[in-house]
Amino acid sequence: MMPAKSDDEDDSMKFLLLNYVDYAERSKVSQEENGRLYAAYQAYLEALTKAGVLLSNHGLRPTSEAVTVRMRGGQQTVVNGPFAETKEQLGGYFLIEVDDIDAALAWAARCPGAEYGAMEVRPVWQ
Amino acid sequence: MAVALTAEAVARQSYGKLVAYLAARTHDVAGAEDALSEAFVAALERWPQAGIPREPEAWLLAVARRKLMDAARHRRVVDEAVPALELLAQGLEPWDGGGIPDPRLQLMFACAHPEIDAEVRAPLMLQTVLGFDAATIASAFLVAPATMSQRLVRAKQRIRQAGIPFEVPEHRQLAGRLEAVLEAIYATYAAGWADPAGTEARTRGLAEEGIWLGRLVASLLPQEAEALGLLALMLHAEARRPARRDAEGNFVPLAEQDPASWNLPMVAEAEEVLFTASRLSAPGRFQLEAAVQSVHAARRVAGRTDWAAILLLYDGLLALGGSLVVAINRAVAVAEFRGGAEGAAAGLAALEPLAAEPQLATYQPYWAARAALLLRTGRAEEACEAYRRAIGLEADPAVRRFLQAEHERAARLGPGPPSP
Repeated sequence: MMPAKSDDEDDSMKFLLLNYVDYAERSKVSQEENGRLYAAYQAYLEALTKAGVLLSNHGLRPTSEAVTVRMRGGQQTVVNGPFAETKEQLGGYFLIEVDDIDAALAWAARCPGAEYGAMEVRPVWQ
Repeated sequence: MAVALTAEAVARQSYGKLVAYLAARTHDVAGAEDALSEAFVAALERWPQAGIPREPEAWLLAVARRKLMDAARHRRVVDEAVPALELLAQGLEPWDGGGIPDPRLQLMFACAHPEIDAEVRAPLMLQTVLGFDAATIASAFLVAPATMSQRLVRAKQRIRQAGIPFEVPEHRQLAGRLEAVLEAIYATYAAGWADPAGTEARTRGLAEEGIWLGRLVASLLPQEAEALGLLALMLHAEARRPARRDAEGNFVPLAEQDPASWNLPMVAEAEEVLFTASRLSAPGRFQLEAAVQSVHAARRVAGRTDWAAILLLYDGLLALGGSLVVAINRAVAVAEFRGGAEGAAAGLAALEPLAAEPQLATYQPYWAARAALLLRTGRAEEACEAYRRAIGLEADPAVRRFLQAEHERAARLGPGPPSP
């Protein structure tokens, strides 16, 4: 992966683009459409990389494989599943470095995931 | 319900007029908007019992004016309030709703003043002239709502602090200043046009509002050829907007659109407006852009597209200091004019000088144009790469699917010698 450009190190900002997926909606998608969606994600990653803005990214396995750990008053609990059962679940993320939040929103809108769920854009402490 | 509808109709017709009228002397746009929204609230409370006043605009203006004075008194900053009140009294002599020049044009010139950041001019116009809220404007321009609110507040402070005048500039300055107004209107239209499926009702409204603003300026400055040119351009684009999607919601490129699916009365109106503009003998960017659209529209009669004419028009636009998009469209016109693989190669050569532009990293139209030209010269592998780039940069799912289908077509040709 190409490192992010840093011509303007001081002015650039990091954003985490969180891809929330409506899995109920996604499961209705045909196999053919699924293949297209996968290819669109690959193209999106390529565009992010070639624009020199991508720092890291990962797709996550389904929340059925998630395990949630809590520590309350010295008591630990471990349960299967995500921390909250919501309609849309975190399905992956892209950490990017761009000039401003406008640019981050533009990249979020381009993510194919924005069509089947939502993209949450979070500025990173720096 | 009739009251709410009347209030809405008056709001649409009168909002900008009333804001302009209330803020013209004080330069306090935010104060005028607050007073006006209170007046609308009062109208919705009062009108159902008392009936709709004969002159709803005058009624709203009188109430808003009283609210403004109350607010000024309330601030109790005597040195500041007294002159403000005097200004209000001067500026707000009884208004009969007609007879005076429409103050919205002056308001638009204030919004597009050189002291106001270019990026906020269109949003500011939408808010002050049409009464759009910041959240709706933010969605249309893909900006965070908090950022948009901040920019709007700052712009209004600037109008107030710098005392930006609410006036139509003198003849010598008019052309340059008018261009900024027209640019902002076009940005409004473009923000609505970008949602071709019209899935988002609010942005579909934005295209219509852009045309509405364009009509307003063209009617108030009928001697300005570029104002007419912009109106013609937007009408041409609007006439084809529904044709960009088939019944299944798939993207239909211009070349494959059935002219019968265009809005022909709107095309006719665009032609008429452009003709009127041309008789003023003051060509400019918007008239040339409208003329390009006019040539495309002529396909419904001629059965083919006159690419020689389009190329000539793009040469003209480039000579006027055309943007990146003009250069890309011109390269496509070069390819279409010459035709075949040889034409595509000439188009690619015309794109070549743009390759160093830093914006290209995020500029979809360049990659889509380049991909199509590469495919036609038989350079399938490079075409695939360019298509992937365009797909990754495209936010509209329907266009993305179209580009993916083109990518698959290129991939089937595969690497190898150019096809005959």
